[in-house]
Amino acid sequence: MSKVKRNQWIAFGLLSLATAFTIVILLAILFYVMSQGLEMISWEFLTENPRNMGAEGGIYPAILGTIYLVGMTLLIATPIGVGTAIYLNEYTREGPFKRTIRFTTEALAGIPSIVFGLFGFVFFVILLEPYTGGWSILSGSLTGVIMILPVIIRASEEALRNVPNALREGSLALGTTRWYTIKKTVLPVAFPGILSSIILSIGRVVGETAAFLLTLGGSLLLPRTIFDGSRTLSLHLYMVAMETGNMDMALGTGAVLIILVLIINFTAGFLFKRLVKRFS
Amino acid sequence: MDKQINKTKIAVNQLSFFYGEKQALHEISIDIPEREVFALIGPSGCGKSTFLRTLNRLNDLIHKTKVIGTIEIDGQDIYNSDIDVVQLRTAVGMVFQKPNPFPSSIFDNVAYGPRAHGIKDKKELNKIVEKSLRQAALWDEVKDRLNEPGTSLSGGQQQRLCIARVMAVEPGIILMDEPTSALDPLATTKIEDLINELRKNYTIVIVTHNMEQAARVSDKTAFFLDGEVVEVGPTDELFTNPEKQETEDYITGKFG
Repeated sequence: MSKVKRNQWIAFGLLSLATAFTIVILLAILFYVMSQGLEMISWEFLTENPRNMGAEGGIYPAILGTIYLVGMTLLIATPIGVGTAIYLNEYTREGPFKRTIRFTTEALAGIPSIVFGLFGFVFFVILLEPYTGGWSILSGSLTGVIMILPVIIRASEEALRNVPNALREGSLALGTTRWYTIKKTVLPVAFPGILSSIILSIGRVVGETAAFLLTLGGSLLLPRTIFDGSRTLSLHLYMVAMETGNMDMALGTGAVLIILVLIINFTAGFLFKRLVKRFS
Repeated sequence: MDKQINKTKIAVNQLSFFYGEKQALHEISIDIPEREVFALIGPSGCGKSTFLRTLNRLNDLIHKTKVIGTIEIDGQDIYNSDIDVVQLRTAVGMVFQKPNPFPSSIFDNVAYGPRAHGIKDKKELNKIVEKSLRQAALWDEVKDRLNEPGTSLSGGQQQRLCIARVMAVEPGIILMDEPTSALDPLATTKIEDLINELRKNYTIVIVTHNMEQAARVSDKTAFFLDGEVVEVGPTDELFTNPEKQETEDYITGKFG
């Protein structure tokens, strides 16, 4: 075998080995958590309150807490994030101002989430306690908002940048205002991309633990209002594993978490494909 | 073609245009008569598209551009600070080089402009859409599928859809930036026939690379070179008996 050919085989071998390694690890984790966790999942597990600090009972409050937190975070972050992206891409020209904003969002995206948690704790939980209820879904959501804003802004900007200029010009040339053009042409075309940025950030919130450890409080009670403390599934998993040592309960929570994330991703993919088809 | 002299619709006087430091147009003065087809010819990068886009102020969208001189439409300076650009662009429609239908239905494409100007009544919109599509010679081909996406049409049909879209806001002037350069010969013929039809009611300014096209459709032609107008005149004279050597070289294919 020639040297060139041998190198080709070595490269091929190493690359496929790397791929196999990745897949095996991924499948092993998935298999382990699912095989251990799935048998924990029952109707009671999903609908009952936890007992004995989560060592027994169900995970209902954590499921509800996750949904509330994600909903609240998106409700605040989406208009601000998409609005910022529209402003940056449609109304501002390249220059020092735009570069500064972009640098700030990039920097924000690179900050470890525990730092956001610390800020949220000091600012929302302690300083603004009379308004946020201290450790609460509101404090957690506001912290989550700061965390995912860069994700939404960057991805939405990207989606807006991909809208062909010919469409903007075509619309403006008909004697329409900039806002009408954005509303009727730019946003509908960019919508699938914006939506996927929002879904990406759902994943970020669902998976986040550190930031919410400091801002949600970790209450096991069923949250009634946004001023109540709560916990997310990720947080519940961490606390059950660390505080009660009941790994079965933690694995059951993990399985629910994985299923939830898969559902979100598949729905997102499905929506994305349908929307892209509709608009192209 | 009758030789009556139409009154001036667009009067361009000493127009210079800059992209940043770079001067793209040099002191251009042209009078464009009403209800005629005015062609702009010249090699790539000579400034004819830039000139066209100064007429509806679409160049305003580009950062750091500067305009010196005046453009008067119906006697009004369109670069005057009290001019509403949105209104100007309603009066001066534009058809682009590549068909750019909106990603919506054929009906919505044509109704886009009227809706933007506040027309909501369904009956009125129906009337406008039909009239515009008829004017653009597209009605018979699409009347049974107005709800299909505009992008599902062929290239030539898309371009006529874009023309219908412009008709729907009733401009007096239509700017065309190489409207057939992305089309096949048959679709091109259809657009040229359409231009011949539209000249009765509209003032048309068309940029073209295709000299035969300029000869076929236009009443007057301006030859652009390096951001300057070398020669302006009635199309048949400019093509058969050009005054300037550069014009002759260009139209006989010595460069360009």
